[in-house]
Amino acid sequence: MSLLHVTEVSKTFPGVRALDRVSFTLRPGEVHALVGENGAGKSTLIKVLTGVYQPDEGELTYQGSPARFGTPMDAQHAGISTIYQEVNLVPLMSVAQNLFLGREPRNALGLVDRKRMEREARELLAGYGVTTDVRRPLGTLALGAQQMVALARAVMIEAKVVIMDEPTSSLEPREVRTLFGVIRDLHARGIGIVYVSHRLDELYEICDAVTILRDGRVVHTGQLAELSRIRLVSLMLGREMTEGATAFSGAATGDGDAPPVLRVRGLNSRHKLHDVSFDVRPGEVVGLGGLLGAGRSETIKAIGGAYHLDSGDVEVDGKDLRKPTTVRAVKAGIAVQPEDRKAEGIIPTLSVRENIALAVLPRLSRLGLVSDARVDEVVTAYMTRLRIKAASPDQAVGDLSGGNQQKVLLARLLATGPKALLLDEPTRGIDVGAKAEVQSLIDELAAEGLGVVLVSSDAEELIEGSDRVVVLRDGVVVGTLTGAEVTTEDLMAAIAGERS
Amino acid sequence: MTTAVLSRPKIDKTWLSQYGVYLAVVLLVLYNIFFTPYFLTWSNLRIQLIQVAPIVIVALGMALVIGTEGIDLSVGSVMALAAALIPLYLGYGVIAAVLVSLLAGVAVGLINGVLVARVGLQPIVATLALFVGGRGLAVVISEGKLKDVRNADLLYLGSGDLLGLPVLVWVAAVLVLAVAFLVRRTVFGRRLLAIGGNRRATELAGLPVTRVLITVYVLCAVLASIAGLLSVARIQSSDASAVGLLIELSAITAVVVGGTPLTGGKVRVLGTVAGALLMQLVIATMIKHDLQPSTTEMVQAVIILIAVYVARERKTR
Repeated sequence: MSLLHVTEVSKTFPGVRALDRVSFTLRPGEVHALVGENGAGKSTLIKVLTGVYQPDEGELTYQGSPARFGTPMDAQHAGISTIYQEVNLVPLMSVAQNLFLGREPRNALGLVDRKRMEREARELLAGYGVTTDVRRPLGTLALGAQQMVALARAVMIEAKVVIMDEPTSSLEPREVRTLFGVIRDLHARGIGIVYVSHRLDELYEICDAVTILRDGRVVHTGQLAELSRIRLVSLMLGREMTEGATAFSGAATGDGDAPPVLRVRGLNSRHKLHDVSFDVRPGEVVGLGGLLGAGRSETIKAIGGAYHLDSGDVEVDGKDLRKPTTVRAVKAGIAVQPEDRKAEGIIPTLSVRENIALAVLPRLSRLGLVSDARVDEVVTAYMTRLRIKAASPDQAVGDLSGGNQQKVLLARLLATGPKALLLDEPTRGIDVGAKAEVQSLIDELAAEGLGVVLVSSDAEELIEGSDRVVVLRDGVVVGTLTGAEVTTEDLMAAIAGERS
Repeated sequence: MTTAVLSRPKIDKTWLSQYGVYLAVVLLVLYNIFFTPYFLTWSNLRIQLIQVAPIVIVALGMALVIGTEGIDLSVGSVMALAAALIPLYLGYGVIAAVLVSLLAGVAVGLINGVLVARVGLQPIVATLALFVGGRGLAVVISEGKLKDVRNADLLYLGSGDLLGLPVLVWVAAVLVLAVAFLVRRTVFGRRLLAIGGNRRATELAGLPVTRVLITVYVLCAVLASIAGLLSVARIQSSDASAVGLLIELSAITAVVVGGTPLTGGKVRVLGTVAGALLMQLVIATMIKHDLQPSTTEMVQAVIILIAVYVARERKTR
């Protein structure tokens, strides 16, 4: 018996056949992995399942009878809930209001029963490991906690199907455990789950079945346990891969005796950072380890002048930045790749060309007039080097895949000729192929003598990519892993505080 | 070598949002040529151009501000300030009077820019302050009186001719070209668009966002003060309570009808000119055909709605 079934569904957008006769079956109580590279058609399929898009051809069967969801509301009322990659709730409203949005409990007068709403919200969230004042605006919570609120909201709505689009991308390990607990619970209650993720470990831990999409077609569907990892990846990519989780060479780079290219001393920011200090030598990749909210992103932003500091010194090549501002930091040779690519990185309305050239326009112009020839030179060089796939340099960045957007952002940073490159989750939310390319690029840049600071929630990436790992907890440096200590076990121990 | 395939442009929503305003202008001109008596006379075309010139000049600045995802409500008040200052300083010569009124624009622009870029007020609120206060100040300066202006040099700006075209129109045309050049070719123009596209990202890229934003508001106010002094020159008197009244709405309309999105990141300079021309032609056509001003207003409303509808962001996948 199938809970939700689509047969031979096709969907075409101008110039793209996003889904080509795709069939997909979800059984009750099944956790079904939906995988594929960016642009494989996962999002489109999800949007067909949830009523955002109407399929051009094909049929939908839900609970044994033909169904047609005209709007996302229809699908939600029928019991299909979706949690998107980026939390889409109302950041300025309170946690409780978000949970009950559109279904607020009423009192006798028909007004919102705030007390009851807040009490129920507190009880409900406790089950998801979130203990917070539910009257706080949602936006003030950590991303992980926001995601839990979104999940709680989705499950509350008498859901029979829950679709999760990269639910763990902004969760810390502890929160992932809580999430998996919730998923197992849903599984036991006979709810069908569609689970989209790029993290293989998670898929094998939590999913029963798998459907692999490539270029809008189903290339494989079946039980996940019967499929080896290497087979899964090669089906997704359409090429044979050799074992090896990341594309990092693993060879140590960096000269231990060279003077540091980046010297960070005593960064303090109220409540967030306490006396954070470390050095980065030329050619060295220094990882920043720690849980969500440990102060990794804040450290990186503070160095780049984009986060308030109460005190602290940042030196580049021996020169003190004084109070860093973004303008001064870039001038001194610091390049920061922010975590939130869409909100803080790319400028979606501008072309690939403008995005890459943005930070170096004065160098590419004379008397304030931009030289197209010089811009093209730089843009072509970086598009080739980073293998940026775009129809042309004039294509709007907003239309590119996540991986290519990230590459455009990196191209902009590299064009400034930085001495220190600060990367915050450089491979988050990008497809496997682009991920490998970004990872080898990091190696390559370090080999060229750049000092790199790497933040990644992917422990494997952090361990394999870094020569040294500085571990943060609650804004304090609690340890540094060097040489043979750079292992996942040592990292976990340091984070947990069990390492001497 | 690949062969270039020349396909006929498809007329869909994207095409309409890009070229719809030009098409509308052409259609309206054609209609008038056939159905409006004396439309195609030199004196009529002259009047149309002279009337639209100040709106075009103000709309240019407005387009720049809107390109940064902002808005400037104070342009009409800046025109009034410029107008009020002109008669006071005409005694020192035209150049002094013009400089003083432009300086007033710089001052207002600096206040607007600092409020938006440094203090962090929302543009609509920040410029509302001077929208209200600016005109008040202008009326105080002019002591609430209408003052006649008889300086021949200044009047030449408003009603003189150069190579067969009104000076006013020449000024507007030169400013259009200058602003188009600024947006397309200069570092400043690209930074402006980047700020409109994603201000936070532009800051993090190490660009001097505050400086660019302040400059944009100064440019907008200076353009408005040019429009103000030209208006005085044209009507040969300075009336601070009437000059530039409601022009902010005409300017915003021209910008929006011209295809510049209010969400920032894009500025269509020629589209803005066409937008201003279109609204001017609509009004002229209705007047010539003896329609009530109230009808004209409703037609304008419909045009604005169509423009906004056509320009709606396409839903992305």
